[in-house]
Amino acid sequence: MVVETKFARFDSITLDSGVALAPVEVAYETYGTLNAARSNAILILHAFSGDAHAAFENAEGQEGWWDNVIGPGKAFDTDRYFVICSNVLGGCRGTTGPATVNPATGRPYAMTFPVITIGDMVRLQKMLMERLGIERLLAVSGGSMGGMQALQWAVAYPEAVAAVIPIAATSRHSAQQIAFNEVGRQAIMADTDWNSGEYYDGPKPARGLAVARMVGHITYMSDASMREKFGRRLRGKNEFGFDFSVDFEVESYLRYRGSKFVERFDANSYLYISKAMDYFDLSAGHSSLGDALGKTAARFLVLSFTSDWLYPSYQSLEIVRALRSRNRDVAYCELTSNYGHDAFLVDVKEESELVRGFLASTYAEIAG
Amino acid sequence: MSASSWGQGPVVNGKPGRRDYAIIGEIIERGAKVLDLGCGDGLLLEWLKREKRVEGRGVEIDREQVQKAIARGVAVFQSDIEEALRDYPEGTFDYVILSQTLQETRAPVKVLREMLRVGKRAVVGFPNFGHWTVRLAHLWTGRSPQTKLFPYEWYNSPNIHFLTVTDFELLAREQRWKVERRYFLGQGGTVKRFPNLMAELAVYLVTK
Repeated sequence: MVVETKFARFDSITLDSGVALAPVEVAYETYGTLNAARSNAILILHAFSGDAHAAFENAEGQEGWWDNVIGPGKAFDTDRYFVICSNVLGGCRGTTGPATVNPATGRPYAMTFPVITIGDMVRLQKMLMERLGIERLLAVSGGSMGGMQALQWAVAYPEAVAAVIPIAATSRHSAQQIAFNEVGRQAIMADTDWNSGEYYDGPKPARGLAVARMVGHITYMSDASMREKFGRRLRGKNEFGFDFSVDFEVESYLRYRGSKFVERFDANSYLYISKAMDYFDLSAGHSSLGDALGKTAARFLVLSFTSDWLYPSYQSLEIVRALRSRNRDVAYCELTSNYGHDAFLVDVKEESELVRGFLASTYAEIAG
Repeated sequence: MSASSWGQGPVVNGKPGRRDYAIIGEIIERGAKVLDLGCGDGLLLEWLKREKRVEGRGVEIDREQVQKAIARGVAVFQSDIEEALRDYPEGTFDYVILSQTLQETRAPVKVLREMLRVGKRAVVGFPNFGHWTVRLAHLWTGRSPQTKLFPYEWYNSPNIHFLTVTDFELLAREQRWKVERRYFLGQGGTVKRFPNLMAELAVYLVTK
């Protein structure tokens, strides 16, 4: 099956900052079939650099970023459920973002793009669900920033979601997480080609963006997974070069990842989306996290991974404890994995089992 | 209540050593709010949810068991029992269940007190260390007793606080807890006489 990205256009969206962004377009894909009762829809929320292409192959032969858990017979079973994934607001993969041309000026927004939040991303997703005629989602799920959006869904639209599955996520960034994001942003902004965001007519800030991505990749892995994958192996040589070309496998890997990222990602989107993550605080506007989550009506399945030091288990536990303090329906498990933060994307065997069972019981309950 | 009713009813009854499930199933009324401490793979909660429409929550420390429970659709979180109890406000549950886990807890009295704080009633089931087979095993072998109820070697037993029916009765009196109901199970079913000697399993329904 070859899938293609679709687009929905809206006249305007009002952002948390008070600014109205008009018009706005959102890229999305769907898999499976919406049932007659419209009760089997699951919204998948992507992480920082993801896009709408979550599963199956597209015309370019690229597999979706979560193809190992979405599909027939998989955790998010497309034989049973109607699965939707959209690119986030501020992104650069088809949804309106800083690289989009501002109709008022005829030029890309660049840094005149309004600052967006996780709440804004979710508001646009809600608009898309309404457009698709889906009043209540069976589930929302995602890892990392996708998990933050899932949590935001539960708090912002408690009636519109039956189950929430935040994976390797947090209710708000820690100083460490903000710090890594800031290094990424500074790498981009220190690249002279960034040119205060006005680079769409000239060379892109490729070096800065690549370095940002290299830092990111380090934080997505673990000491153990890097040792296993690279160790101190040299790349295509038996001795050190005694220069500053690539010596180690890990250097080669990071450079490769950095350069591949530049091809598909916009540096300004990096700035905007990473800022949205840093601003995110689920308890904002409530007296506590428990107060925020106490207003939710959904069932929760919270998952974290032992080796994830970027979104450590204690952050998932904070969410679980807050839900528990309000006696919300919450299941929690810390899964064993060596893959660090990437585990939710690559080490999916146990994750799949849990998600499958959790969805099945939720679906059964809804169907009565 | 009769011995035969423990024999049928809950399917979970067939599972060896968890005969107290059946009693628990009898105690808990429809639609109750239930917390199961040390819920294992969630079998009891799944059954209670299906048959009694309870609003069930479970706590289990073992990761593999938690995974099985979640896959069953039971709201279980992976945690230490004492830590899990701490988060709940007073009177959150109608029943807090501790099925054959009391003897494994580090601070049993603290756990029981906490159970009675977060729940209106506590359901406590435990293997009776006063059963005659245990006494005989100890007397005859001169070793830490190994029986059907307590099948472990001293060095690999999860049990760290052994108690008998009489021990529990004394504790309840001392703590001024009300024992609303008590059930004793032996090999042949209900034990009517000499429970401290004849009961393999005891289940207590306790309130403050």
